[in-house]
Amino acid sequence: MTLERPPRPWDRTPPTERGYFEVLGDGILCHVLPRDRTTGGVGGGWSPPSGGAWVHVGADGRIRAFTGKAEVGQGTRTALSLVVAEELRVPVTRVELTMADTDLSPWDMGTFGSRSMPDAVPPLQAAAAGAREELASLAATRLSVSAGQVRFEDGVALSPEGGHRVTYGELVRGLRKTVVASTYGRTTPATDWKTAGHPAVDPAAVDVVTGRRVYASDVRRPGMWYGVMLLPPNHGAELASVDTSALEGEEGVRLLHDGPFVAVAAPTPWDARGALRKVRATWRSTPQPGEPEIEAYLRAHPSHGDHWDMEKLTEGDPARALAEAAVSVKATYRTAYIAHTPLEPRAAVAEWEGDRVTIWLGSQTPFRGRDHVAGGLGIPAERVRVIVPFTGAGFGGKHGGDVALAAARLSKAAGRPVRVAFTREEEFQHGYLRPMSIVDVAAGATKDGLLTAWTFHNVNGGAAGIRSPYRIPNLQADNELSDSPLPQGPYRALAANANNFARESTVDELASLVGQDPVAFREKNLADERLRTVLRTAAERGNWTSWKPNPGRGHGIAVGFEKGGRVATLAEVTLGPDRRPHVDRLLTVFEAGAIVHPDNLQSQVEGATVMALGGALFEEIHFDGGVITNRRLSEYRVPRFSDLPRVEVVLLDRKDLPPGGAGETPMIAVAPAVASAIHEASGVRFRSLPLLRDGKVPVAARTAAT
Amino acid sequence: MDGAGGVTVASDAVRVVVNGRPRTLERMPERSLLQALRTELDLMGTKYGCGEGQCGACTVLMDGKAVHACQVSVKEVGGHDIVTVEGLARGDELNPAQQAFAELGAFQCGFCTPGMVVGTTALLQRTPSPSEAEVREALEGHLCRCCGYTKVLRAVQRASEISREKARRSA
Ligand code: FES
Ligand code: FES
Repeated sequence: MTLERPPRPWDRTPPTERGYFEVLGDGILCHVLPRDRTTGGVGGGWSPPSGGAWVHVGADGRIRAFTGKAEVGQGTRTALSLVVAEELRVPVTRVELTMADTDLSPWDMGTFGSRSMPDAVPPLQAAAAGAREELASLAATRLSVSAGQVRFEDGVALSPEGGHRVTYGELVRGLRKTVVASTYGRTTPATDWKTAGHPAVDPAAVDVVTGRRVYASDVRRPGMWYGVMLLPPNHGAELASVDTSALEGEEGVRLLHDGPFVAVAAPTPWDARGALRKVRATWRSTPQPGEPEIEAYLRAHPSHGDHWDMEKLTEGDPARALAEAAVSVKATYRTAYIAHTPLEPRAAVAEWEGDRVTIWLGSQTPFRGRDHVAGGLGIPAERVRVIVPFTGAGFGGKHGGDVALAAARLSKAAGRPVRVAFTREEEFQHGYLRPMSIVDVAAGATKDGLLTAWTFHNVNGGAAGIRSPYRIPNLQADNELSDSPLPQGPYRALAANANNFARESTVDELASLVGQDPVAFREKNLADERLRTVLRTAAERGNWTSWKPNPGRGHGIAVGFEKGGRVATLAEVTLGPDRRPHVDRLLTVFEAGAIVHPDNLQSQVEGATVMALGGALFEEIHFDGGVITNRRLSEYRVPRFSDLPRVEVVLLDRKDLPPGGAGETPMIAVAPAVASAIHEASGVRFRSLPLLRDGKVPVAARTAAT
Repeated sequence: MDGAGGVTVASDAVRVVVNGRPRTLERMPERSLLQALRTELDLMGTKYGCGEGQCGACTVLMDGKAVHACQVSVKEVGGHDIVTVEGLARGDELNPAQQAFAELGAFQCGFCTPGMVVGTTALLQRTPSPSEAEVREALEGHLCRCCGYTKVLRAVQRASEISREKARRSA
């Protein structure tokens, strides 16, 4: 169901001129105008603006809601539909949610940072509740009662004793009325939820299991051709010369050569690739650092670009406190570049109609994608429509719009729809990576185990997770960004993965230096009550205190807070006779306010926990001269069934708190918990991720660190 | 465009039965079955994830056995019987694997699910009541990047239950 295009995208049209009803038909429409578009603070407190929401109740009985967020596999389509269903008192299957269609959806910065729930729930709730109030006043007149007396049930308004009933469709017949929900109040408190917060089957599950669900890479348009771009052989390369003469006069191939942009389109993907192989290009490369030099390179090349991802916290006198501490540790932690590797590589299909183009794009940032395409084509954004179909996951990796722009350009040149999709190898080489992090930490505590001193500095990775959940009177925690020779960008939980690994490993080490239990040590030092509850729950459920020391086995625990969520992970590890460790058990306890969609949250937390195991144990990008050398799934190892431990998830439901995001935070305690468990099993303390460079744990030396 | 009815068929045409329907694939004997399914036959349920037999997203049944459609050429499937995820249900009636995955919501983005469902179907044909170890081994070649493996394990057990129930009812 693709709705017709309005004359201009609604987000770029004043609300009174949008012509909602020309597209949606008779009914009422309630919209919530954007909260102000300021970007809040920086670092941990950073929050992108929200573009509001609108909900239409149609004379045809349909209920349509609109959000700018995209469904990239995190399950928000159902979760967001549930809150609309809740406010309108209908089953979730009645709600048709349009997500991430830049002509019809409220503007949105993007689907990242675990912001879908906190950004989209309040405006959708408010718009749906506003629509319900409007329905109540319409029903009051119809049923000759006061608005407060009207009851709603399953899409029907009822008189107080239920004798008279009228459907929503009947109530709004012949109307074309827009109402503005001016407040975020009058929504249903989570404690009264009857639909949201309860188990719900994904209404679209049948499409998934029958193969009918259309993903970005499945979009086919009549007469569509396939496009491929000429891409540099390595990072740091520029096109020096190109010879396309072999394609001159070639039938059934459209070549586009515009400055450094060279691409071809043809009726089949193999014709297109075959044609591109005939293009002769030479490249000019600047020398690129390899793996042995990368750390020194990043330390020596601070970036002067966009610095939103920065944190700088200071308190007390950390240098002095460190000097006076009874016990102290000092170390450098490292995390490798890793790749998101969504199962579906990037894909886009573009189609022109007059001077307007529509692009189906697998993306987490459709509105930025629209701007990127408009900018690249030199046309106003109004003429570009980006629709995000289902997307085979993103994990932070689908922010760009390059395939969209290439498809749009080729489509224009070829005069027909064109699809551009990456191969797996292109996805590795030409996508961007999770930044490598280098973290320098020094910390100290009293002999009773109170944290007193903390200096923490992240190079290149980013600011997320630098804020400490512990009470530390003397602290300096900050980060710097570098000019990475490999393209890098957002990744699920960003630098919180690296920063929590460094912090929790440090805390673990201090606990052992003062001879205290890691759980007790953390409990004593935590400043965050919610996190303390999460930690206690993990220790209880994980039978922390009844663990029996056992040669070759180890257990570890770690905590973290980020993006409003709190997490604790407990890991149990067995070291095999060949010194290959196996993670036997991962228990994750997670809390992020009120739970909207319990099944989906469970999936999210289970998935994040297991995904994090990849980055903890073995995921690592290798590179040489600007070339990713492990750019196939046979060379880049991600978690499989054989890596799967027993995974247990405990979700804490805080109905008194607004629903938070859950996509990222459940990842961040996995690596330190596993590292701590391996330490107990082997005596080796790891300070780099992935932990297992060759799959094995080295034999412990007295001060072994790797 | 199947060769029946006096229509001439190019010499490199390959005949194959896909989801019970005879099809002819022309001018692409060296292409992979995956490419043929997706570009010629418009069967998009079979996904591309790696093109090297590593992810299982392209799994189809060839004469009842699970194969990677990206690893067999059109030429090699000539004369064989191919079933894709689109061919598993009978009308509206999902097969046990499909039913179980849908019932338990055993997916997140769902991109791996068609392959998982086909792989599960093949497994249950061989081993109607697999142990957890057998499931893990059979599905080792299937990647789920959303890492929903725990729910998949449960879904396969549920699928096995459903097919046994069905067998009992029809016995
Ligand atoms: S695409 Fe065939 S196994 Fe990955
Ligand atoms: S559900 Fe996304 S890859 Fe499996």
